[in-house]
Amino acid sequence: MPRTEIDLQQTISFLSILDEEGNADEELVPYLDDDTLRRLFRVMLLSRRFDERLLQLQRQGRLGTFAPVKGQEAAQVGAMAPLRRTDWFVPSFRETAAALWRDTPLSGLLLYNAGFNEGGLPPEGNNDLPIAIPVATQVPHAVGLGYSARAQGKDDVAIVFFGDGATSEGDFHEAINFSGVFSTPTIFLCQNNQWAISVPREKQTHSRTLAQKAIAYGIPGIQVDGNDVLAVYVATAEAAERARAGGGPTFIECITYRLSLHTTADDPTRYRSEEEVQAWERKEPLIRFRRYLESRGLLSEQEVERLEQEIKEEIAQAWEEAQMQMENPDPSVMFEHIYAESPDYLKAQRDAFQKEIGGG
Amino acid sequence: MAKLTMAKALNLALAQEMERDKSVYVMGEDVGRDGGVFRITEGLIDRFGEVRVMDTPLAESAIVGVGIGMAVAGLKPICEIQFSGFSYMGIDQLESHAARMRWRSRGRWSVPMVVRAPYGGGVRALEHHSESKEVFYAHTPGLKMVIPSGPRNARALLVSAIRDPDPVVFFEPKAIYRAFREEVPDEEETLPLGKARIVREGGDITLVAYGAMLRPTLEAAEQLAGDGIDPEVIDLLTISPMDDETIAASVRKNGRVVIVHEAQRSFGAGAEIFARLNEKAFWYLEAPMERVTGYDVIVPFFAREKAYLPDAERIVHAARRALQ
Ligand SMILES: Cc1ncc(C[n+]2csc(CCOP(=O)(O)OP(=O)(O)O)c2C)c(N)n1
Ligand SMILES: [Mg+2]
Repeated sequence: MPRTEIDLQQTISFLSILDEEGNADEELVPYLDDDTLRRLFRVMLLSRRFDERLLQLQRQGRLGTFAPVKGQEAAQVGAMAPLRRTDWFVPSFRETAAALWRDTPLSGLLLYNAGFNEGGLPPEGNNDLPIAIPVATQVPHAVGLGYSARAQGKDDVAIVFFGDGATSEGDFHEAINFSGVFSTPTIFLCQNNQWAISVPREKQTHSRTLAQKAIAYGIPGIQVDGNDVLAVYVATAEAAERARAGGGPTFIECITYRLSLHTTADDPTRYRSEEEVQAWERKEPLIRFRRYLESRGLLSEQEVERLEQEIKEEIAQAWEEAQMQMENPDPSVMFEHIYAESPDYLKAQRDAFQKEIGGG
Repeated sequence: MAKLTMAKALNLALAQEMERDKSVYVMGEDVGRDGGVFRITEGLIDRFGEVRVMDTPLAESAIVGVGIGMAVAGLKPICEIQFSGFSYMGIDQLESHAARMRWRSRGRWSVPMVVRAPYGGGVRALEHHSESKEVFYAHTPGLKMVIPSGPRNARALLVSAIRDPDPVVFFEPKAIYRAFREEVPDEEETLPLGKARIVREGGDITLVAYGAMLRPTLEAAEQLAGDGIDPEVIDLLTISPMDDETIAASVRKNGRVVIVHEAQRSFGAGAEIFARLNEKAFWYLEAPMERVTGYDVIVPFFAREKAYLPDAERIVHAARRALQ
């Protein structure tokens, strides 16, 4: 009588649809038209090749520090695909693949990585927030964006991306709790890529899963194979549908792996083994999805070759465009967009600055 | 004696203090196995173990807050914040507790901790990795705010900060972690907190700088010297409590002064120095006081960072205005 088990009325499930070989569990495969399936693959491939090009350019000293996305393409593309352009996209700093699904121009991403504020401009028509670098600080915004959409009678939802490390920050907990209390249409999309720089997931939290944190806040939570684009798609589509219908937030933990560097300033050989990386290489997201599409007759060797060529040209052209914009940067741009209306003291500083650089 | 970079000199200070005093602990993100993203804590986990060198979860509020608890209970934690731009969740703990524990407990409890963070621009970094927000801390009674300018004084000041009975925020100018080497003695060396240093004596004008700005300021001093002007250069070293007397004495002698910092201009350390000089040296001034600072903008992405940061040329211009 005095000590009984409490029924939390909530469990956490794990969802996987495509295995590592690209075999599908037919009962779980979502209905997607052929064009969407092809686009999922194209954006994942574009993201992989773009990442490789960024790394090259960074190593040549043309770009600054950046966070490679390699290995996490399915988690990002699968999560964005069920959403609309008016749904709010709240990235952290590694969401290149998600941004590409939203048709963010490659030249803008290149400009950003070359140290130009111009690269921060979100694409017209998209409800996209800019890259957020301080870990987890963007998570509460997605609660407010969702709350605002609902308050204005819209059925848009907000999706926020963050990592396993971010779940240790107060902002994450405050936001997810707030979202549960107000039942906001928010999707918390956690990419558990097993590492936060050198700190492994097991040292980040003593919880068995990250997904179970949803239980503490009384919202639905699910763990999915984050390298399986179809599983991520299904989990996010369900979450979005629930949120649009007034059912509140969902926490999705995508099990994935950061196959590359934390950032270009990082040396992973200091803290993780090559065997571990290779084991995850075998589970990487592109190969299995390609096999699946091939098995459905939606992709062939020649088509992949054609895609590769197309993507190569697209990236080359974007770099040309970016370089044009990078020539002779006007330094006084740094005075722009601080306020809607520049205060007088700031105008005076700008004038003095221009006089000084103008040889005055 | 060995010629060390500032990164290595800081590492030496940590290792020697941990060796000397069993109550000194190091904690922060990636400070253990990785040795810190700037390698300042390199090798410490192998030497002192996982209890004294803590790879913490990604949680700045807890890094500082847990550090406060450890300090009150008798340890001397050194908390690393990976970049000063990520210290803001920890500021609540610093302002609300670290700075007030002695005061609130009427002297019963104290917080002998150090919060270290790389700060400042000049390394082509991402957003939030180039700011200089030292005044956030300098503005808070109960905290000390220290900024070294080179390997030798960084080592000596960090040792003093660790031994200090009060919480010290210790900003490391990341642009000069590996920019040059200096002779650093093997045997322990300390420098008093709250004391500025005259780096170069001169009788025509006083230039005051700190952190990574000391080097362009010395460069400017050389250029001025080439034109027959004899500048005095003061390295502040501690932002708060500020050694205004050393600055005032120099300005009373020279009558002209330029303050240099990379932090934004408004409400910056320069403004505070002006105010103190107004109190301590006003009648000796022969020209309006000058300051060369970052502009009142958010530090631009790195393609335009050079335009934001003060350099020797801007300092020379300001000195010439003050000398007119
Ligand atoms: C508040 C804050 N603290 C520290 C950092 C430095 N930092 C950048 S990314 C990172 C690890 C993030 O790990 P995780 O959340 O798992 O995301 P991942 O990098 O794996 O994508 C750290 C410590 C930061 N950007 N913001
Ligand atoms: Mg991670």
